[in-house]
Amino acid sequence: MDLLLTIMTAATPLLLAALGEVVVERSGVLNLGVEGMMVMGAVCGFGAAFLTGNPWIGVLGSIVGGTLMALLFGVLTLTLVANQVATGLALTLLGLGLSGLIGESFVGQPGIKLPQFMRVDPLIPFSLFLTVATSFVLFRTKAGLIIRAVGNSHASAHALGYKVVAVRYACVAFGGACAGLAGGYLSLVYTPQWVENMTAGKGWIALALVVFASWLPYRAAIGAYLFGAISILAFTVQTFAWGIPSQFLSALPYLVTVLALVFISGNKGLTRANTPACLGQPFVPDR
Amino acid sequence: MNKLMMTAAAVAIALGVGAASASAEKLKACWVYVGPVGDFGWTYQHHQGLLAVEKEFGDKVETAFAESVPEADSEKTIERFARDGCKIIFTTSFGFMEPTLKVAAKFPDVKFEHATGFKTADNVGTYNAKFHEGRYVIGQIAAKMSKTGVAGYITSFPIPEVVSGINAFMLGAQTVNPDFKVKIIWANTWFDPAKEADAAKVLLSQGVDIMVQHTDSTAPLQVAQEQGKLGFGQASDMIKFAEKAQLTAIVDNWAPHYVKSVKAVMDGTWKAGQVWSGMAEGEVVLAPFTNMPEEVAKAATITTEAIAKGEFHPFTGPITKQDGTVVGEAGKPLSDGEILGMNWYVKGVDDTLPQ
Repeated sequence: MDLLLTIMTAATPLLLAALGEVVVERSGVLNLGVEGMMVMGAVCGFGAAFLTGNPWIGVLGSIVGGTLMALLFGVLTLTLVANQVATGLALTLLGLGLSGLIGESFVGQPGIKLPQFMRVDPLIPFSLFLTVATSFVLFRTKAGLIIRAVGNSHASAHALGYKVVAVRYACVAFGGACAGLAGGYLSLVYTPQWVENMTAGKGWIALALVVFASWLPYRAAIGAYLFGAISILAFTVQTFAWGIPSQFLSALPYLVTVLALVFISGNKGLTRANTPACLGQPFVPDR
Repeated sequence: MNKLMMTAAAVAIALGVGAASASAEKLKACWVYVGPVGDFGWTYQHHQGLLAVEKEFGDKVETAFAESVPEADSEKTIERFARDGCKIIFTTSFGFMEPTLKVAAKFPDVKFEHATGFKTADNVGTYNAKFHEGRYVIGQIAAKMSKTGVAGYITSFPIPEVVSGINAFMLGAQTVNPDFKVKIIWANTWFDPAKEADAAKVLLSQGVDIMVQHTDSTAPLQVAQEQGKLGFGQASDMIKFAEKAQLTAIVDNWAPHYVKSVKAVMDGTWKAGQVWSGMAEGEVVLAPFTNMPEEVAKAATITTEAIAKGEFHPFTGPITKQDGTVVGEAGKPLSDGEILGMNWYVKGVDDTLPQ
């Protein structure tokens, strides 16, 4: 039971950030700034909780922090049509630097932990609910159809009268909110504290999960849990002192997750059908 | 037009030279950090040293630092500092060793000091702290405070500094409980709060009731507190994060060394050396003993004082290695070189050292 909870805790931030990015990329936008939005979510979440004394306001703060970063990305790439790859990378650098600046006075301050219900952090069931909801909205509702249409052929969606840029703004904002929440999970639940660069590359792992999960929320969940489980099991194996090189065990989560997801995405036709055709392409409505 | 630009350029150069000569009075000291200043651990403590230098010399020094510099990519940063007029450059991670030597060869007039390394040159010195002195004391405390007789030890990379720390910890613990056990997890990172927390949770689920860490975040100690267990802080006093769990912390105090080195450069007396200070020089300091009975704290104080006064050395021979061979002469401490290059475990460590 303890082990399962530890695995769930390890998987949840990856899952939250990956779900957001699934929606963003389904709408045809490639936002590589997940790490930056996540770390801003972490610092804003910690700050809001620290200043108000209420961890729930902290959760709200982390969502707001991530969303604001995403909207900045939106203005640059959707309105001003800047290169998405470059802007996303810049967003990560900006997030890492800005969060350090904002968080300077929080260093060395103990955090406030989000209360648990029956030893479970409320954000764990929420992340599972969000997986189901995301999948449902994307594949069973009209809104999801529009998002996917915009991602697959923005010209056609535009011709049909859908507001491509507005839809993408909404998806980018959702992605930011999820990444921010994932960051807040780190600074309010996982390790209740603020230290610079505390996301330590988790945003990049989430980003990779999205691709290997072929843009499907359930597969992203499988990937996140597999990654969490192997990380924890690798540590467990180390304590048995079997003499397996620790460097190999540290690399194992990456190897196994990539292999497993490549294996379940083995059907090339399905993968191609799931890849948003307009991913990363700028859209300028010619009226 | 051309002439005008030439004049402008000439003026600019003149101004530049002027500025350079004006600031020649000021000594520029620079630091290259491996982590963020706000890690509240290793880099944080080095930065406290920088602040101490600023406080000590005021207007006479100018400082600069670069944080979160990747070890593999550090040469550029070090070289930039050397070009920018830094007179002394401190590189504060083991992995900066080769890049530091490479840049130093190109800038013979600049002084370099590399923390925790073992290679020197005419203008490259090393400095290090005897962390193992602190680890011997916390080993004794751990063995006294543990009910299960097993400590969990989260480590970063298999370098001598970390290995000698594990050994000193075990030798200390064995003086109290000869059968004391340690479970080791190599996190393969210096700083990743979430990963360190995971490792701590795994260890605590396996009968460990004392957390020891040689990674830099406060996460393992926080996990220990959450589960009602005990632990030790690393690099900084982490009591604020774990008021009920921290027994003590091994605090790195680099300030005295930095002040001394910068002073030596100012006076022109700086020489490349291998400085290795510990409790005696106040470079390794133990945070107040908390969450333990009085007699345990008293015993720990006695050991600490004995080490600080040089009456006792944690690595006093003979020492039995994991493989059964014996090193060191009876009653004599191992040489500095043997400790600085340590790549073997003492008997009682149940782990295979990654090579």
